[in-house]
Amino acid sequence: MLAEVLLLARKDLRIERRAKVAVGQVAPLTLLIVVVFAFALDANAPLLEIGAGGLYWVAVLYGGTLLTQRAFEIETEGGNFDDFKMSPIKAQSLFLGKSLSLFIQICALELVLTPAILLLYDVQVAEWLLLIAAGVAGAVAFSVCGVLWGVMAAGLRVRSTLLPLLLIPVLAPVLLAGSRAFETALGIRADAGWSWTSLMFVIAAVHTVVGLAAFGFLLEES
Amino acid sequence: MPERTDDSKMTATPLTRVLGILGIAASVVMAVLGLFISPPDVVQGEAVRMLYLHVPSIWIAYGSFVLTSISSLLFLARSKRREDSGRHYDRLAGSAAEVGVVFTGLTLITGMLWGKVTWGTYWQWDARLTTTVLLFVTYLGYLALRRLPADPVVRGRRAAVMALISFINVPIVHYSVDWWRTLHQKASLSVGRRPEITGEMYWTLLYSALTVTIVGAWLIIHRYRVIRLEEIRDEENLKMLISSRHQEKPTDSTAAGEVS
Repeated sequence: MLAEVLLLARKDLRIERRAKVAVGQVAPLTLLIVVVFAFALDANAPLLEIGAGGLYWVAVLYGGTLLTQRAFEIETEGGNFDDFKMSPIKAQSLFLGKSLSLFIQICALELVLTPAILLLYDVQVAEWLLLIAAGVAGAVAFSVCGVLWGVMAAGLRVRSTLLPLLLIPVLAPVLLAGSRAFETALGIRADAGWSWTSLMFVIAAVHTVVGLAAFGFLLEES
Repeated sequence: MPERTDDSKMTATPLTRVLGILGIAASVVMAVLGLFISPPDVVQGEAVRMLYLHVPSIWIAYGSFVLTSISSLLFLARSKRREDSGRHYDRLAGSAAEVGVVFTGLTLITGMLWGKVTWGTYWQWDARLTTTVLLFVTYLGYLALRRLPADPVVRGRRAAVMALISFINVPIVHYSVDWWRTLHQKASLSVGRRPEITGEMYWTLLYSALTVTIVGAWLIIHRYRVIRLEEIRDEENLKMLISSRHQEKPTDSTAAGEVS
């Protein structure tokens, strides 16, 4: 199963490397959002500093939703799901493989966004370990939720508008937990940053269990 | 078992008419009890009267979402075995979710009005309010999924899975006041805990819950029927289109094609 997961993740990442949608479009767009936030808040330095954690996760949410859409577009455009159904690859492997490739892409997005936030919003990191752990936890939670809800909207004509509607309420607790954890990591306020990080791992675990149980069934219907 | 298509059963029956009239009468009595008979609160004064609509609304919303989940589970379990795909369970899930969303919306509106009087603001980002609005938006997403143009059984099965996952939010909303520090007061009535209110206020609240349940049940029954009538209309339209297509005279080009 591990070999299948790695194979599927590698396949998605190879497609992305060749198409360069994540690097060429999604990453610049999320950077633009970070800049636009500064315009919207009138480049008010204290306000940007206080809101840095939340603004960072809103940008990740937006970029991650686009990446999730893209992860399913590459399958539905070519009718690949029908091929998967006929192949001996397990649905659980597909769920984990797509989650892994999405996780790597979101982590890459975070690697671009974090220095941007630190430089543009002029914030200092107080706890590097917490910052990294929260970033990883958020990416894990985002990727498993994204794949679970992505397959729900896959193959439908209005998926581009439906997916954010389904996904954003589910990801709202991740946004909240990520923002609070980042605020602690950036020294903006003393809060239970590690508890919020644990909450993101719990959300990821719940969705992984549900995803492993339901993905095959949802794939059958897509 | 073939799908029931008897149109006469799809409109109001004497029983549902009685239920509707009972709902209206009970609502009038509820208004009298809530506005005039029950006393004002020592702390909140007249604002407490919002309780009689606010609390039963969220109870009915929870109940509707429970019904949606049970119906979805039954639909998933039976849709592959039954000849009619168990679509009545899907219809019931959809109608209950719609009524649940309406009552969640009503809870949010009455809560905001109540909040303005007691807290001095319409909205607070506290755990109960935030989780309730998330519940509302999640089920709006569920309803959006149900409205998509797709095969009804496929769409129903996806919606059923979503309904089951979305239900996780219901206990989170209910217990948010116990799990987090919030501005929102604790539950007025809770199993295994002494009621926060007593006397006329307690009985008025219970009566309001009964009234809102009757209204909610009536709405679910009618919404179920409207969904079925919409399906019958779509089926009839399709049949009409096919038959009109069959009756079309062949054009010169198609006739020539047939000859060749």
